[in-house]
Amino acid sequence: MTDRPRLAVIGAGPAGLAATVAAAAHGVRVTLIDAAAQAGGQFYRQPAAALRAGRPQALHHDWRTWQRLRRALDAHVRAGAVAHLTDHHVWFVERESGESGRFTVHALLGPEEADAVAVGADAVLLATGGYEKVLPFPCWTLPGVVTAGGAQAMLKGTLVVPGRTAVVAGTGPLLLPVAAGLAAAGVQVAALVESAAPRAFLRRTRALAAQPGKVAEGAGYAAQLLRHRVRTLARHTVVEAHGIDRLEAVTVAALDGEGRVRVGTERRIPCDTLAVGHGMLPHTDLAGTLGCRLDGLRVHVDDEQRTDVPGVWAAGEATGIGGSALALAEGHIAGRSAAARLTGSTPDPQEWAAAAKSRTGLREFAAAIESVYAPPAHWSEQVTDDTVVCRCEEVTAGTVREAVAQLGAGDLRTVKLLTRAGMGWCQGRICAPGVAGLAGCELTAARRPFARPVPLGVLAEDHPQPTSRAHTHPTDGGPS
Amino acid sequence: MSSPLELAGARPGPAFTVTFDGREIEALPGQTVAAALWAAGITSWRTTRGTGRPRGVFCGIGVCFDCLVTVNGRPGQRACLLPLQPGDAIRTQEGTGHDD
Repeated sequence: MTDRPRLAVIGAGPAGLAATVAAAAHGVRVTLIDAAAQAGGQFYRQPAAALRAGRPQALHHDWRTWQRLRRALDAHVRAGAVAHLTDHHVWFVERESGESGRFTVHALLGPEEADAVAVGADAVLLATGGYEKVLPFPCWTLPGVVTAGGAQAMLKGTLVVPGRTAVVAGTGPLLLPVAAGLAAAGVQVAALVESAAPRAFLRRTRALAAQPGKVAEGAGYAAQLLRHRVRTLARHTVVEAHGIDRLEAVTVAALDGEGRVRVGTERRIPCDTLAVGHGMLPHTDLAGTLGCRLDGLRVHVDDEQRTDVPGVWAAGEATGIGGSALALAEGHIAGRSAAARLTGSTPDPQEWAAAAKSRTGLREFAAAIESVYAPPAHWSEQVTDDTVVCRCEEVTAGTVREAVAQLGAGDLRTVKLLTRAGMGWCQGRICAPGVAGLAGCELTAARRPFARPVPLGVLAEDHPQPTSRAHTHPTDGGPS
Repeated sequence: MSSPLELAGARPGPAFTVTFDGREIEALPGQTVAAALWAAGITSWRTTRGTGRPRGVFCGIGVCFDCLVTVNGRPGQRACLLPLQPGDAIRTQEGTGHDD
């Protein structure tokens, strides 16, 4: 068994799980490396085991697919074909120098992320997923304002809700399940505020007709919202949050055809929670450090889900936002391709023809979604100069505008150097879309040498040898 | 009125006690720091370095670092990721958390 090639799959969401199961079934050993305590990723995030949830499916869509993946993973783990490393936060993937073509995956262990571990592999499959994009508005830093996905993650993972009365706002298909989930969990959802006109979506009949499952999913959420008497305000936006030390209300307003707020339509909705999101962004840090080509914000892959770096595959949201069904198809193809190539054969795409067909349709569907659910074209006009844009470094919109107008900054990097926006703990992951919008420049993928903060002690130590554990001394400040 | 615990049919073990700024609050096995604080009605546990403004959970998945908190004397930990243990002492983190 030890002579079988080893594939490291990074991320145990839909793409990573599909890839793991496909590769393990076709003759390679897989090390599945994931930051969470349980498999599932964000989409299939499971309640903490100690909460002993007897009915976790009440928080989920397409539970049967999850059960199928879970059973297949368990079987491969039992058979010794898959090692599932939980609580491993990967910060760097290294391609060994020379001709070996091997890789070392560097991770930090446990929630403390102080101790280091290195895992060796013959090939790497990046299924790193995505995170939510949130554009700034006045007082969005108030406690009680959370991302829509964050509210859902806290609900799915730890069975808690942020407050009693919520407004769900922004744009995108995620808002529907978030509003439905909060309502089912006992939160009064005062409004679902969607800046797009979802009716425009119905005009994309070709993309819709090809995805009856997606249409049924949307209709299901709509029915749940109706049952909980949640009103949907389409072509509306949140213009401001209110409160002193925590959220007390939001002001929403209607949008005109150009995406500007209609003066005089503002109204105040009392709430203690605002769950807000404007779409998703791919996690591409590990791919970027490996030298993989990025197309805009996504990892470039070929028909086999290979990146342009030999031995590195990618699947799921990292290669473009498209949802869990697309991630499953891409993960399956990536796993099959990697298994074939690692065992010295040329894969036959006919073997995954069904997944490839599904991938084509779902990518068209994702493109239709992206064209319909866009933030209001003139959102930045609502951002006052004193609005904090970079939450970590507390850089205001006024400072960013000054860097552009007075100092001539024309790209994200120059704005960062002049203002510190994007230089803090999150390394610009949260503020980059907002800063780019305010500065009028393109949102580009940042090149981050490390995918997460790493204790200085880990960097100072000799590199741990692959597959052995090296204990290091956490620095006082934790991640640095 | 439903609760998320009821919705998911949760039967957690007995609650245990932790402290938040010296005050006792209850936590359930499996809850993160952020989950126990939310369940106790607390939404902020950090003040910013620059203007001293309150912050709590934002992204909920470990990306934004807004929910940093001091637990058992160790600052800079993400409340949304860190599971609680009985007796843990959670403290509001002021600034970098190194000025206490």
